[in-house]
Amino acid sequence: MAKAIRAISEPPLPNRERPGEPQPFEASKDQLLEFYKDMLLIRRFEEKAGQLYGLGLIGGFCHLYIGQEAVAVGLQSALTKNDSVITGYRDHGHMLLCRIPPKDVMAELTGRAAGISKGKGGSMHMFSVEHKFYGGHGIVGAQVSLGAGLAFSHKYNNDGGVCLAYFGDGAANQGQVYEAFNMAELWKLPIIFVIENNQYAMGTAVNRASSEDQLYRRGESFRIPGIQVDGMDVLACRGAAETALDWVRAGKGPVILEMKTYRYRGHSMSDPAKYRTREEVQGVRDKSDPIEHVKRLLDEQGVTEDELKKIEQEIRKVVNESADFAESTPEPEAAELYTDVLVERY
Amino acid sequence: MPIEIKMPALSPTMEEGTLAKWLVKEGDTVSSGDIMAEIETDKATMEFEAVDEGVIAKILIAEGTDNVKVGTVIAVLAAEGESAEDAAGGAATAAPQEKPTDDKAPPAPESAKAAEQESGTQQLVAHAEKAGAVDPEVPAGTEMVKTTVREALRDAMAEEMREDERIFVMGEEVAQYQGAYKVTQGLLAEFGDKRVIDTPITEYGFAGIGTGAAMGGLRPIVEFMTFNFALQAIDHIINSAAKTNYMSGGQMRCPIVFRGPNGAASRVGAQHSHNFAAWYASVPGLIVIAPYDAADAKGLLKAAIRTTDPVVFLENELMYGRSFDVPKLDDWVLPIGKARIMREGKDVTIVSYSIGVGLALEAAEKLSGEGIDAEVIDLRTLRPLDRQSVLKSLAKTNRLVVVEEGFPTCSIASEIMALCMEQGFDDLDAPVMRVTNEDVPMPYAANLEKLALVDVARVISAVKKVCYK
Repeated sequence: MAKAIRAISEPPLPNRERPGEPQPFEASKDQLLEFYKDMLLIRRFEEKAGQLYGLGLIGGFCHLYIGQEAVAVGLQSALTKNDSVITGYRDHGHMLLCRIPPKDVMAELTGRAAGISKGKGGSMHMFSVEHKFYGGHGIVGAQVSLGAGLAFSHKYNNDGGVCLAYFGDGAANQGQVYEAFNMAELWKLPIIFVIENNQYAMGTAVNRASSEDQLYRRGESFRIPGIQVDGMDVLACRGAAETALDWVRAGKGPVILEMKTYRYRGHSMSDPAKYRTREEVQGVRDKSDPIEHVKRLLDEQGVTEDELKKIEQEIRKVVNESADFAESTPEPEAAELYTDVLVERY
Repeated sequence: MPIEIKMPALSPTMEEGTLAKWLVKEGDTVSSGDIMAEIETDKATMEFEAVDEGVIAKILIAEGTDNVKVGTVIAVLAAEGESAEDAAGGAATAAPQEKPTDDKAPPAPESAKAAEQESGTQQLVAHAEKAGAVDPEVPAGTEMVKTTVREALRDAMAEEMREDERIFVMGEEVAQYQGAYKVTQGLLAEFGDKRVIDTPITEYGFAGIGTGAAMGGLRPIVEFMTFNFALQAIDHIINSAAKTNYMSGGQMRCPIVFRGPNGAASRVGAQHSHNFAAWYASVPGLIVIAPYDAADAKGLLKAAIRTTDPVVFLENELMYGRSFDVPKLDDWVLPIGKARIMREGKDVTIVSYSIGVGLALEAAEKLSGEGIDAEVIDLRTLRPLDRQSVLKSLAKTNRLVVVEEGFPTCSIASEIMALCMEQGFDDLDAPVMRVTNEDVPMPYAANLEKLALVDVARVISAVKKVCYK
């Protein structure tokens, strides 16, 4: 079943080359199973994080990715080892897909020495240069300029890499985003700007904060092509990633992908839940859940309920082990307070 | 095993809340992600979702109950294959759980230890002191070349760029225009437009791109036309560059140099005359350097480019055209974090940095004619501050004046005064004085600007005061 990825309301297209129409990705059964596993891992991981937060084991702010799994899974499944990823503070899912071990992430959430940032970063500030995940940034929109810098380094080093820079519909209104757009196109930097439009910047709906709420058009005045994508459909996400990567790798400069998605949970764990109705949230869960969607596709491919149950159990095991580890592994030594302020000695 | 569902915390500080509403009832089957209840505090509402699958065996806390302690068992879930009755029975006798957050609070650091290690950089300075980092020897007979500060800075960049392909320069007018203040003159011709890059006038954006490139393994030098404009970019300097290494547990580096003129120039008014030294020097994770003469400008900029830490390198427009001797050596690199005694003296110490050092030297010269022998210290690096050199000189002279071309409040001068109080109190024979600009935005009118700026006469007057003369 071919499904249109692009929305119907189109602006008149300027007379210059644009990326082709993305096609839904034709996944093999094994690929579908991989997507399913990755999405389920993120969901179960985030549910567990929410639970640990509720138990007081995770502090501060904790932004969950539940509902948005198809975006990161679809996009990051298309990356190669040279590519880099950067995002904002809703970063747990992206990290898992960079193949950072779940226990390293969970232990950071609980503020333990074994965490990916030795317990000094927390939910919003996690990095792994080894896995080419460059954060984990707490300042809304900062990752867009920083991502353009990573793309600059890919181009400078001529390493063939592309930077995938995620930001939200809220960040899409920040001034520095447009400064970065301008230079990225001017210098033809290899970057995909991914706007994860989950409809709410904290509690402010997109159309209450954005004069142009079709965010994929935000690059037009910089000559950056934009594509709007069904972010609840992992195959549409992967298809859009293929199109965007082809364009960027050909040296044609950046692309904007607006991923229309939805977060089921509050902005952070502490959320008034007054800005949208429960029916709205339930409606999306019932009709558009990205994991249920893949489940149906797997069913069509003849994957049995038992096989899915087995996957579910494996993932729960991984998540539970990471949570057990994160609860039991020690906090950082007091002396760690003073390390890593500077790299060198003066 | 039946699963106990406990009252969740909405925030780390929440101790109790209202169980506003149950959205499930006993006997309902729930799967993970289903909303089970609404929890409220005075600040927020949270929908409480199921994590595990099972049948609600028993609801222990009725909806509408206020002051439910975090961690209280509010319901019991029968897992797959268990009967709801057994689960409910088993849990009803279970004692209420201790609030789990209580014993998780980290122990407060021992106060003695905290005092000993007052700050990370203090430790580092102490280490440097032990290591004995000093300026390199200039061998006898070394040719000294009259060089402007402008040329010295350019030479530093060019020499380092020849050695390390990862280094590039970006900023407004750095390439074709040859630098707004000609500091990057000739770099485009030698290194090409891949490594010498003109940017649009978008400080926030290019500071972010530079910082991101440093995270990606390059060694950017980002020039600001003046540090007044860097306020548009200060978010990346502080939130992105300075904090990265710490927040990543030491695995993500950010070797970048932000450089450009800082402080008052001449008749350019309030928005082009601000000295931001104290702003940056207050931030852990940054190195802040503000050289005075050409030899220091060259040697310290080379060190700044080489170090793996992010550096804010504060130049001064009025100094760019002034010439000083620079030793003609293959590799003139100076240690970061070391002050320099510009003039030895025994009666009083004058501490300064950047353009203020010139005023201090001139004042010292005039004071010597009046029988006051002043020692002049150029801090050179403002973070980490070379406390030992200041305290050592204070111990010798017992009197100290700080000269700073900048505002007095929360300044580098304030910091030096605090240092003298905290660690040099017994050496003080007089209160420390600071000589700074007036505490007003910089005026444009020539006479007012002159009144606003620190000058030699004020330095002399302050020195005489602390010498009781």
